[in-house]
Amino acid sequence: MEIKKGIGVSPGVVICQAVVLDAEEYRIPERHISADRAGEEAERLEHALAGARKELTELRDNTAKRLGKETGAIFDFHLALLDDQTLLEKIRDKIKTESVTAEFAVATVLREYAREFLQMPEYLAERVKDVYDVEKRILRRLIGESREGLGHLTEDVVVLAHDLTPSQTASMDRKHIMGLAIDAGGRTSHTAIVARALGIPAVVGLNDVSVFVNTGDVVIIDGNRGLVIIEPDEATIEENRQFLRRQVEFARELDRLRDLPAITMDGHEITLLGNIEFPGEAENVLARGGQGVGLYRTEFLYLEKETEPTEENHYEAYCKVIEAMDGRPVCIRTLDLGADKYTQAHLLIQERNPFLGLRSIRFCFQHLQLFKTQLRAILRASMKGEVSVMFPLITTVMELRQAKMILRDVMEDLEEEGVEVRTDVPVGMMMEVPSAALQCNQFAQEVDFFSIGTNDLIQYTLAVDRTNERVAPLFTAANPAVLRLIKEVIRAGQRYDVGVTLCGEMGSDPEYLLLLLGMGLRTFSVAPPSVPELKKAIRSITIEHARRVARHVATLNTDKQIVSYLRNQIREVMPEAY
Amino acid sequence: MSRHEIEITLINKHGLHARPATQFVQLANKYESKIEVIKKDLVVDGKSVTSMLTLGAEKGTLLRIRVDGQDADEAISKLSGLIKGKFGEE
Repeated sequence: MEIKKGIGVSPGVVICQAVVLDAEEYRIPERHISADRAGEEAERLEHALAGARKELTELRDNTAKRLGKETGAIFDFHLALLDDQTLLEKIRDKIKTESVTAEFAVATVLREYAREFLQMPEYLAERVKDVYDVEKRILRRLIGESREGLGHLTEDVVVLAHDLTPSQTASMDRKHIMGLAIDAGGRTSHTAIVARALGIPAVVGLNDVSVFVNTGDVVIIDGNRGLVIIEPDEATIEENRQFLRRQVEFARELDRLRDLPAITMDGHEITLLGNIEFPGEAENVLARGGQGVGLYRTEFLYLEKETEPTEENHYEAYCKVIEAMDGRPVCIRTLDLGADKYTQAHLLIQERNPFLGLRSIRFCFQHLQLFKTQLRAILRASMKGEVSVMFPLITTVMELRQAKMILRDVMEDLEEEGVEVRTDVPVGMMMEVPSAALQCNQFAQEVDFFSIGTNDLIQYTLAVDRTNERVAPLFTAANPAVLRLIKEVIRAGQRYDVGVTLCGEMGSDPEYLLLLLGMGLRTFSVAPPSVPELKKAIRSITIEHARRVARHVATLNTDKQIVSYLRNQIREVMPEAY
Repeated sequence: MSRHEIEITLINKHGLHARPATQFVQLANKYESKIEVIKKDLVVDGKSVTSMLTLGAEKGTLLRIRVDGQDADEAISKLSGLIKGKFGEE
């Protein structure tokens, strides 16, 4: 038994067998397989070799064409390595006699050669780079296969990896994924968001867990305490089973809340909406007692397939959500790709600072056709229900005006084509960049609603990359500067009668509930599984108390003071939450 | 079936480095015959680039090439031609 400590980012506990994903350029842990699977591994190896050969032949021919035969010949050496029977026999033999995975066999055999070359005359030592290159090329093929493998699972598993990309999580068979644990990441990393959306436990920031766990090992992922327990003993399993039973009871209690209104003890009604990523989650919003979709992230339409989604793909997905919501509001956010949500396929040139780069609405402005395709689908779908459209990452007033102008263009195009659209679709913007928050009074005169995206707002205000585990602890919503920006935005909303929703992770943390209500916030959009807990908290407090809390917080100067004060306040009214 | 064994000295600039070894192996793999390359008492498979490289044969090294099989005649003449022609280097 081994216990690894990380950051719990999605609550819950699961005991399940593991699937481990390798990351490129990462140490391949020894992976023993049962002897009867050696044939399967050998087949995977041959398949990967064939793929790598094809790739290299094309690379050589293209290089030769562009840069001359001499340069192309570099890849002849790589091809010769892939065709080297002595080398391949060693790999095949290792799989068979040592019962290891193809990945492990490839990595160890090629590294043995690399070590041998290093002891040779200088001109050969240089070739070590080529050996590594070939190793990587084969591994990429092998690992690529197991990534796809997550799309077709037959039994429940938890996934462990160095990191997960959006395209990996998009292609997962979500019915069978029971938990996630990754080496990288902070509280608001992509993995955390997906896990909360799916309502499964997740732990991030584990540094090296993926090296210690083998596929098939039983692990416990404890999202509450941020623990991963590898090959737990009987006593530990029993202890966790008991905990799970208590959790089920607590969940049942929360379920009973589903049809009760989210109303404070002194009679103020609060609106609770759900954040979703996949159309299938819309039902989950209702099941948890959500009153609509406050944030429909549309990135997954782009990440789920190799090709760009068509207008019909968009339209169908939106209609599915709108129909499921049956007249309740649905807020569709336009494409927010980029930075942490970027796929390699779209990334033609590596950006030095992607969070400040060509992402989100900026990307859309430079890819107008892609943007207009999405807007057309949103406008067409708007006929089916209470749809609003929201632009992400708006930084300047000019950007907002440009986005609105494009929306109007698309509207006119549709009208000219005789397609029926609603011309009064509410238009909103994300408040997630400090410059926008500081200019919120101006913006309030040009939009119908604001949605405060606390994740980005915090990272841009505090200059902290939330996905970098080395600085992730500096990322906190309790920073007084962040709170001031949020307060300003809420006030501007009140002043100009513009709706304000908060859709970041902060909203689902009961610790901040009193403060946010006290600042005047009345609409929250959170991951569906968080709705019942938030509702329970709302039903046990008063706005009167919330206002007092907000006033007091305004006098505090550090995030530490604020967090501990807020914790004490919510504990008084909801002791069972902690 | 025929069998040939010749001795030949590496005369190209850097000896049997990656590119010449690749060329040798690519050529060797065109033949059915068993092809072995020998440096002193080290015998390696002439169709395996990693094995060839582990010979660490530099310029001036004396190699023995042993070819055994149906197409040995052509194989030995083409392979020795490649070495004598300095692998196409100037």
